Amino acid sequence: MELYRSHVLVCGGTGCTSSGCLKIVEKLGEELKKHELEKEVQVVKTGCFGLCEAGPIVIVYPEGAFYSRVKPEDVERIAEEHLLKGRIVTDLLFKDSVEADKIKSIEQVTFYKKQQRIALRNCGIINPESIEEYVAFDGYSALAKVLTEMKPEAVIDVLKRSGLRGRGGGGFPTGMKWEFTAKAQGDQKYVACNADEGDPGAFMDRSVLEGDPHAIVEAMAIAGYAIGADMGYVYIRAEYPIAVSRLQIAINDAKKHGLLGKNIFGTDFNFDLEIRLGAGAFVCGEETALINSIEGKRGMPRPRPPFPAHKGIWNKPTVLNNVETYANIPQIILKGAEWYSSIGTERSKGTKVFALGGKINNTGLVEIPMGTKLRDVIYEIGGGIPKGKAFKAVQTGGPSGGCIPADYLDTEIDYDNLISLGSMMGSGGMIVMDEDNCMVDIARFFLDFTVDESCGKCTPCREGTKRMLEILEEITNGRGTLEDIDKLEKLAKTIKSASLCGLGQTAPNPVLSTLKYFRHEYEAHVIHKKCPAGACQALLEYIVIADICKKCGICATKCPVGCIDGVKGKEVYFINQDRCIKCGACMGACPFKAIKKG
Amino acid sequence: MTNSIGDVKKADVIFLTGSNTTENHPVMGAQIRQAVKNGTKLIVADPREIPLVRDAELFLQIKPGTSVALSNAMINVILEEGLENKEYIENNTEGFDQLKEVVAKYTPEAAAEICGVAAEDIRKAARLYGGAGVASILYCMGITQHHNGTENVMSLSNLALVTGNLGKEGSGVNPLRGQNNVQGACDMGALPNVFTGYQAVNNEAVIKKFEAAWEVELSNKPGKTVPEAIHAVEADEVKMLYIFGENPMVSDPDQHHVETALKKAFLVVQDIFLTETAELADVVLPAASYAEKDGTFSNTERRVQRVRKAVDAPGVAKPDWVIIMELMNRLGYNKVYNNIEEIHDEIRQVTPQYAGISYKRIESNGIQWPCPNEEHPGTPTLHVGKPSRGLGLFKPVEYVMSEELVSEEFPVIMTTGRILYHYHTRSMTNKTEGINKIAPDNFMEISGSLAESLDIADGEVVRVHSRRGHVEVAARVTDTIEDNVVFMPFHWADGANVLTNGDVLDKLSKTPGLKVTGVRIEKIS
Amino acid sequence: MITLTINGLEVQVEEGTTILQAAKKIGIDIPTFCHDPRLVPHGSCRICVVEVEGARNLQASCTTPAAQGMKVTTESDVVVESRKGVLDLILANHPLDCLTCQKAGRCTLQDLCYRYDIKESSFEGERKEYEIDDSNPFYYSDQSKCILCGKCVYVCSQLQGTEAIGFAERGFTTHIATPFDKGLEHSTCVSCGNCVAVCPVGALVPKSKTKFRYWETKPVRTTCSYCGVGCQMDLLVKDNKIVEVLPADGPSNHGLLCVKGRFAYNFVGHPDRLKTPLIRKDGELVEASWDEAYDLIVSKVNEIKGEFGPDAIAGFSSARGLNEENYLMQKLMRGVIGTNNIDHCARL
Repeated sequence: MELYRSHVLVCGGTGCTSSGCLKIVEKLGEELKKHELEKEVQVVKTGCFGLCEAGPIVIVYPEGAFYSRVKPEDVERIAEEHLLKGRIVTDLLFKDSVEADKIKSIEQVTFYKKQQRIALRNCGIINPESIEEYVAFDGYSALAKVLTEMKPEAVIDVLKRSGLRGRGGGGFPTGMKWEFTAKAQGDQKYVACNADEGDPGAFMDRSVLEGDPHAIVEAMAIAGYAIGADMGYVYIRAEYPIAVSRLQIAINDAKKHGLLGKNIFGTDFNFDLEIRLGAGAFVCGEETALINSIEGKRGMPRPRPPFPAHKGIWNKPTVLNNVETYANIPQIILKGAEWYSSIGTERSKGTKVFALGGKINNTGLVEIPMGTKLRDVIYEIGGGIPKGKAFKAVQTGGPSGGCIPADYLDTEIDYDNLISLGSMMGSGGMIVMDEDNCMVDIARFFLDFTVDESCGKCTPCREGTKRMLEILEEITNGRGTLEDIDKLEKLAKTIKSASLCGLGQTAPNPVLSTLKYFRHEYEAHVIHKKCPAGACQALLEYIVIADICKKCGICATKCPVGCIDGVKGKEVYFINQDRCIKCGACMGACPFKAIKKG
Repeated sequence: MTNSIGDVKKADVIFLTGSNTTENHPVMGAQIRQAVKNGTKLIVADPREIPLVRDAELFLQIKPGTSVALSNAMINVILEEGLENKEYIENNTEGFDQLKEVVAKYTPEAAAEICGVAAEDIRKAARLYGGAGVASILYCMGITQHHNGTENVMSLSNLALVTGNLGKEGSGVNPLRGQNNVQGACDMGALPNVFTGYQAVNNEAVIKKFEAAWEVELSNKPGKTVPEAIHAVEADEVKMLYIFGENPMVSDPDQHHVETALKKAFLVVQDIFLTETAELADVVLPAASYAEKDGTFSNTERRVQRVRKAVDAPGVAKPDWVIIMELMNRLGYNKVYNNIEEIHDEIRQVTPQYAGISYKRIESNGIQWPCPNEEHPGTPTLHVGKPSRGLGLFKPVEYVMSEELVSEEFPVIMTTGRILYHYHTRSMTNKTEGINKIAPDNFMEISGSLAESLDIADGEVVRVHSRRGHVEVAARVTDTIEDNVVFMPFHWADGANVLTNGDVLDKLSKTPGLKVTGVRIEKIS
Repeated sequence: MITLTINGLEVQVEEGTTILQAAKKIGIDIPTFCHDPRLVPHGSCRICVVEVEGARNLQASCTTPAAQGMKVTTESDVVVESRKGVLDLILANHPLDCLTCQKAGRCTLQDLCYRYDIKESSFEGERKEYEIDDSNPFYYSDQSKCILCGKCVYVCSQLQGTEAIGFAERGFTTHIATPFDKGLEHSTCVSCGNCVAVCPVGALVPKSKTKFRYWETKPVRTTCSYCGVGCQMDLLVKDNKIVEVLPADGPSNHGLLCVKGRFAYNFVGHPDRLKTPLIRKDGELVEASWDEAYDLIVSKVNEIKGEFGPDAIAGFSSARGLNEENYLMQKLMRGVIGTNNIDHCARL
């Protein structure tokens, strides 16, 4: 192996790819050639570093210098100053890594300091397309350990004792799931991986697959050994082309190296993996719909029981876990159940990856120990709310989660606490809302998503979510009544209790949780016909403040529908509300800030 | 059927041959599809790519009339590869050595030549059928309507016996009866050689029994079958025909010949419509349809089920049994039945298989015969334990090519059959508008390459000749049929049965070889 | 065996029995739309939900297996509220044209709305609107009335094996369709009508030539007169006329029929039926009385028998006739005329 004095890690995740990291890699190559540094400095395209907000990200080791928002034209300086002359280009560094005169390495940045990376441990560190690098970081040694030193029951026992619970949303103890499948009768069993990450804004599974695909291959082989399966399927959405390609490379390389296929590590154990592409239906993240889809059927959930552990793919016992769950497993095998269960809270062990988004400074991916307070995630790791606005709520668990208000910011994050607040862990979406967000509108937004994504099989979800959305639309349009709120609440409860699958059962959560914590906002909409956050357009009014108006008439010239009347220089201008389309053009145009909305 | 309809779902393998089940027995076809969905493997041997081929594990597109060669070759492979059920053969059969000798000639390669399929596919079929836990043979007219139809059946029966696929659920040799009550008509002795329950007319004891029951004298001389009777009219031996609910003008082979005979005899036709046959009658008797009378039918699985009156017959039409009884009375036999149940009770007295089947017992669900007494639950599966004759007799048979196929003048093989939307001679089905909308006209299926070689386009009306005559029919070009074979449904008058051969009958059953007719296809204009 | 309690009544059932089946066993009626014992349970409609003690949510009784010690309530307030909620939702997207709907009287939605006092929906909003597909000669498909129970799709795929229809689109716009929504005429539909038979509402209805209400009809259970499968069916009769045929659960057909049995019944009351005996006079068939017809036949029989013997007469019996009639026909030929010249078309 070649030795280099310096390593340049360029994030190659989807976020940084779309903000131009490929050009940076190309440019770095050119620069290194120019300075004849090719033998001294190695450029590695890695998986996601997590802080997508600051992408494209370039890290230079050994210093750990954390360059953010790097543009191709910056590369020349980084090469000449830092790589050639050893002088860190301070002004290109991530703002949080420069404190007074001190330059902090990436590990010292607040965003990373409170994180603990298990599932994401290799993301942003290794080249995901190199099996050698994965192996160099203990890759496949967990598989070797289980195949050569452990009985299947012992593997399951480790998982049970680790306390690992499903990271896909349900939080079912993984070891128990494996045990059920291991004990189920069947001539053929399957291992499946749910990589159909459908929550808007969630991308932890994508990051793992892009940054550390071998971890999934290895974990699935371990699962195969534990339950007695020789075949596995990864169901991954086709919208993740980079993840698909890196996973395929990983599978191919693992086969080439005998880590998949027949007689792995010289044992009797055979295991093979195939990728199945999903077509972007949110419901296919539901395990039974996913199984239908793998079988080539319409992605509609099946009733449970029978559970996949007994009747899964092709009606054979199947263990199905999501990507993040699998990503934890090799580490648990290597470091032991006790190590893992020492992290987290009493009933939720280990770490959880969250996709932090919305009104937050550090948008990105964070992995934190269970039990971390919401406040720490939002204010420390996330860097707080932009523009000094007030925090209003945090929505966890994706479109089927609930909104948690400020009163509960000191809640320690774990499965049970989130549920008791009317939300859930889900796959780990975490969207922060500030004072400008209308909670009724937020509920409407999420319902709009579930109405679109309902598979149409069961009545409550198919018909009910649509009616909820219609009522929410009425309310946000100022046509709602108090009865509508009651009807909404009743309907939400029916859908929650009577729906067939998790999608329908959780679809009302955004409504129920906002009704619970922000009922006053609903009431303001229906009684006073006002949107307190000023977000619902239909309830907005643009008003000319007579005292400030200079009668210049600019607003009237900008109004696209000609609803502003007045006489230039003589009369204060007036906006006709019945014709106003609430576009806000007048307010933007007024040089004197004489137009307000309310 | 030796077994029950529901048994298809209990078979590991179904060998389906000479039956286009989804069209001719649609509800049975549906159950075969259910079985396949449930894991049963289906082998289809048929000259046409019938709809069930979609569901089949293996399809053997055999030339019409070559079933004996196929079955023999399958037995050959089964014996060659040791797939036979030695214990069953040893304990339950006789004549195995003779069978072995005959099938030895039928190597897969030899049969492949005859049947026009790959030898390897014959091996696969044999392995599938022979290797199954329980396997069922289902067949229909594609097996029986041949000059050697009985031998075709024997060869299938050999196949079942050699693998012990008889006398257990899901197995058997199962003919699907074409019409609603063929089974019942046979059971009731509407056959020239037997009384009810297959009691032979040339058996003295049987004659005595019926003479006592009916208080008449009876003939012990077997009578004439339908084709024989028609020939006998031409030969002046038969002077009068009494036809009840049949339309031989359309259903019987060699229509021109049938027409001559029907015109010659004094003809009584009893029917619900003025059929092509009734039009030739001297006396026409109006009968009640099935919905206008009470009674029973026996289905293909030997289940006796109730038929119930729903509406009144039109005009002065009467139930057939009333007409027949009144004729009997006028001919001097004075037995009077007050209702149909009285006839049924008489049947039970003279028919051991039906003895236990009373109307009361079949009020809600039918019973499968044999049912010897009122305590007996009926018999879903025949030959349980041992074949009913004691030992299953192997009847080795040789493949004999039909005479229809030797002429160079008529080089194409025409085979006949039914379609989903019509029933027999259409006299019932053509009264429904929707049926006529979907299936208004006769047609002939022809392969793309044969059509091309004759310059025939899809839908073009062509002339088809056989030794008996010619018809004009629209060609339907399809890729589901082999090049030298054409298919024509027999439902339409002036159609297939103008061409078919009524002279060559199966030696034993006297069934005409309807499935193989040598034809020539001519482009008109 | 498992013992559970339903509405306070103990019931013993075999393992694998659903709550619905267990309830049925002791005569407790749980309403269903999408359940059919012949199909793989799919739990779509959610009207059959029941309360199971200790369960987080209401459970669909058609898919939930009974468990030892389970305590089930089938009509508790929560259950009734949920059923009302589901009916309310269905009704919000279903035309209220019961007055003119052909299915009235045989409509599960109508029955259940009556049972749970749902007069109209409490929701306003978008309703589905589809054009009626009348391209099949035997039945209409009106997707505007469909409640998406899915039975038609599953009967077509799981029982009939035709797979002519499936679900198209999803969510609120889900509807039952032929491939690419091209219409039944261009599908693989074989017009068996088995989908029509299971439709709980008026989405799939036969094209009927007669106007009738189901409560005006009387069902007559009989055996189909077409092929040898012996399907059981009910002839629905109104005013001495068959107005529809419905499949029955017979041992050989299990509630299925084919196009002929289901729809080709018009021949029974057809105007072309023979209504009187006919005798050929001067080459023409003319109407005659039964006496004339019988007398002519009897004289011919006696004449031929006298001159040529009984074997000069042959009878063809009928594979479409009743057992009793075939019996009588051979008895006539053998016992009365004196010949064994009796056969039928078994070979054809």
